[in-house]
Amino acid sequence: MRNFISNLVASRFFQFYVTLVLFVILFGLGSVMFEGFFSPQVFLNLFIDNAPLIIVTVGITFTILSGFGGIDLSVGAVVALTCMSLAYLMRDTSLHPVVCMLLVLLIGLAVGTLNGFLITFFRLQPFIVTLGTMFLCRGLTAMISRDSVPIDNAFYGDLAFWSLPIGDCFLSLGALVAITVVIVASIVLKYTAFGRGVYAVGGNEQSARLMGLKADGIRWGAYIISGFCSALGGITYSWIMLSGYTQHGLGMEMDAIASSVIGGTQLLGGVAFIPGTLLGVMIQGTILTIISFQGTLSAWWTKIVVGILLCMFIVLQAMVNEHKNKLMNLKAESTKSKPKAKA
Amino acid sequence: MEQAAKDTYLLTMRHIDMFFPGVKALKDVSFNLKKGEIHSLMGENGAGKSTLVKVLTGVYQKTRGEIEFDGQVIAPKTPLESQKLGISTVYQEVNLCQNLSVAENIYIGREPKTAWGGIDWATMSERAAKLLNEKLGLSLDVNKTLGFYPVAMQQMIAIARAIDTQCKVLILDEPTSSLSDHETARLFEIMRSLKEQGISIIFISHFLEQIYTICDRITILRDGTYVGEYEVKNLKRIDLISKMMGKEISEGEIESNLDKATASSDVLVETSKVTVPGKVKDLSMQINKGEVIGLAGLLGSGRTEIAETLFGVLQKSEGSIKIDGTEISIKNPMSMMLNKIAFCPEDRKLAGIIGDLSVRENIILAMQAKDGMFRHMPRAKQNELADYYIKLLRIKVSDREQKISTLSGGNQQKVIIARWLATEPNLLILDEPTRGIDVGTKSEIEQLAVSLAKEKNMSVVFISGELGEEVRTCSRVMVIRDHEKVTELNGDEISTAHIMQAIAGDYHGHA
Repeated sequence: MRNFISNLVASRFFQFYVTLVLFVILFGLGSVMFEGFFSPQVFLNLFIDNAPLIIVTVGITFTILSGFGGIDLSVGAVVALTCMSLAYLMRDTSLHPVVCMLLVLLIGLAVGTLNGFLITFFRLQPFIVTLGTMFLCRGLTAMISRDSVPIDNAFYGDLAFWSLPIGDCFLSLGALVAITVVIVASIVLKYTAFGRGVYAVGGNEQSARLMGLKADGIRWGAYIISGFCSALGGITYSWIMLSGYTQHGLGMEMDAIASSVIGGTQLLGGVAFIPGTLLGVMIQGTILTIISFQGTLSAWWTKIVVGILLCMFIVLQAMVNEHKNKLMNLKAESTKSKPKAKA
Repeated sequence: MEQAAKDTYLLTMRHIDMFFPGVKALKDVSFNLKKGEIHSLMGENGAGKSTLVKVLTGVYQKTRGEIEFDGQVIAPKTPLESQKLGISTVYQEVNLCQNLSVAENIYIGREPKTAWGGIDWATMSERAAKLLNEKLGLSLDVNKTLGFYPVAMQQMIAIARAIDTQCKVLILDEPTSSLSDHETARLFEIMRSLKEQGISIIFISHFLEQIYTICDRITILRDGTYVGEYEVKNLKRIDLISKMMGKEISEGEIESNLDKATASSDVLVETSKVTVPGKVKDLSMQINKGEVIGLAGLLGSGRTEIAETLFGVLQKSEGSIKIDGTEISIKNPMSMMLNKIAFCPEDRKLAGIIGDLSVRENIILAMQAKDGMFRHMPRAKQNELADYYIKLLRIKVSDREQKISTLSGGNQQKVIIARWLATEPNLLILDEPTRGIDVGTKSEIEQLAVSLAKEKNMSVVFISGELGEEVRTCSRVMVIRDHEKVTELNGDEISTAHIMQAIAGDYHGHA
């Protein structure tokens, strides 16, 4: 039993299990406390309400995973910039909404490319670089318009309100996009050379280089993916808000980092699991749902709970790493003492 | 004949020059490797072994010379390029990713793919397990993360990765430094079996014993130059040492011109079975009051590490250290300072002087640290101390407020010694105190070490790569090899010839 627990803690998926158990507990707690909480639609609403955050968190996870202090603080600002650009393009030009969406995806790719270029080519700190692009994008958003710009394109409205019926329940288009992103990202990280390269570069950059991986290219790719996900998240955000506004997605990068870490991503790089990341977002969503069912608590309680969880998970990560080191030392000892015993 | 010799070489490097900015790291170095041999690259630290290997593997670019490999002239620009040619390296620090599985570490960058283009995990695991089993005789769970396995196993996995890429030349750069004896024996078995499979191995190690156990031929480098190429069985250890150090052995040379200190029988420091993993092995020694004790050995043999252990920079894992008969637990350099031990480190620029402070401030620095930051020393006292030591050590300065960075190397060294003398230590450790100093100042510092021992009854540990210096100043010399004390030479026994014999393991007492 002791051995089983020890192995479980050292397992690659331990943090995912913890997150999963936590999610089940929180969801169970809500179900027991409130009538009508335990329903498929409440569960699906977690995807519907949090679609933008899920997509953005997947992107930021790539950057954290790629190591070298990887982070992308520009995601929230890119969300705002894409919403504003969409609103502006649909109001002031006659471009088809699909073309507009493709254009804003290009904006996201461009920001990601710039981030990745500065970080890999000049070896600058990702924190500072993406802080810079964060201000840049936020500023550009305000340059387009300082007031809220509504989106009233009919085709776009249809997209926003489109839903896929599942039995008695439904999923929005945004939620479907989010689920697709999670699945694609999981496959990329597990089954492509690029995905494994991101793990390798994040785990030990020097080794990765010596093993012949193009570390800079791989890291650059991670930032491009993050930029793309931010823009895609921005599009789903605009389907919820149907407007562009400078304050959109404010602080979203912090929610994304928190979700990613609660989902098992290590800030040092090299460790992440996309389904865990998804659970990280859903835990935040569940807390918010509980608070809305309760009715009297302020939504700020979400922040308090998330803050506490975040601290707990960081401590947990440290303890797990400590446990792994201990196991390693034990093994090293036992291999050393074996020949002596034989002799 | 000439042609026949050429044909047997798999790899030849001719007249290699390599510059770092401002420094010539390799000067006209040649290297020949036969097919299916284990070839050792020997030299002291900084002799250019690693640089040569890095030129070969494309980490550095040579400035002149030619590399011929398998009948073709090559000039690899990156490690990947050399790997594709069949030259793989396993470094001292295991260069794999701890967060990936064993199988991935072997195959990353060239993973087997399924029909639809994804990574084929099943095939990858299967191949990895087969490779480890067939080539190295290891059976382990290749799906576990690499971090689960001890360093020795990781090293084997690194070798597996290296030899799977149609490797013709395998370079092992200090692979044994973190392995136990048993693990090393295992590695040698593997090396022999690879040799039988026709792979040539370049083996770099500090351990003489290992070179003589496993290698066929040796190439010796010194200060970035080529010394020679030898069959191991024809090269005596003593000759190897003398070629590495660049000193011929001449018996009976009279080198001691100083009136040496005679040690009292009182023991100041006694260590028993002190071990620092990978740095100091099972060290038992005594330092008596009023003696100058020398530590001799090749660069990288562990001389500096012993000094650092005595001063609390390195933490021992086993053994005890007694000062004046009472056992002490060393936590950090400060606790050793309070035990009246002083240490002048090897690289005075990095670890010693603070260039922007004056000579006076540099001198009082250690004392101030010892007294604590808040007990300010009156300026008059500072001046008095500074002047005293400037005079005692004959430091050439215009006045005590001169910036230390403007002094010559020899005078900077004297200031550092003064700094530690000001703490009035019982034991003064001087690590390479005369490196890069003019001859006159050198002998002054040698004399100073002796006179401190004689007149102040201070114990001095004198570490120097120049054997002549050790012979001139020390009343006892401890010889260090492979992080272990080999022997001690006393009084008349001390001569460069004997020290070199001892390093080679050929010295068995005074004839």
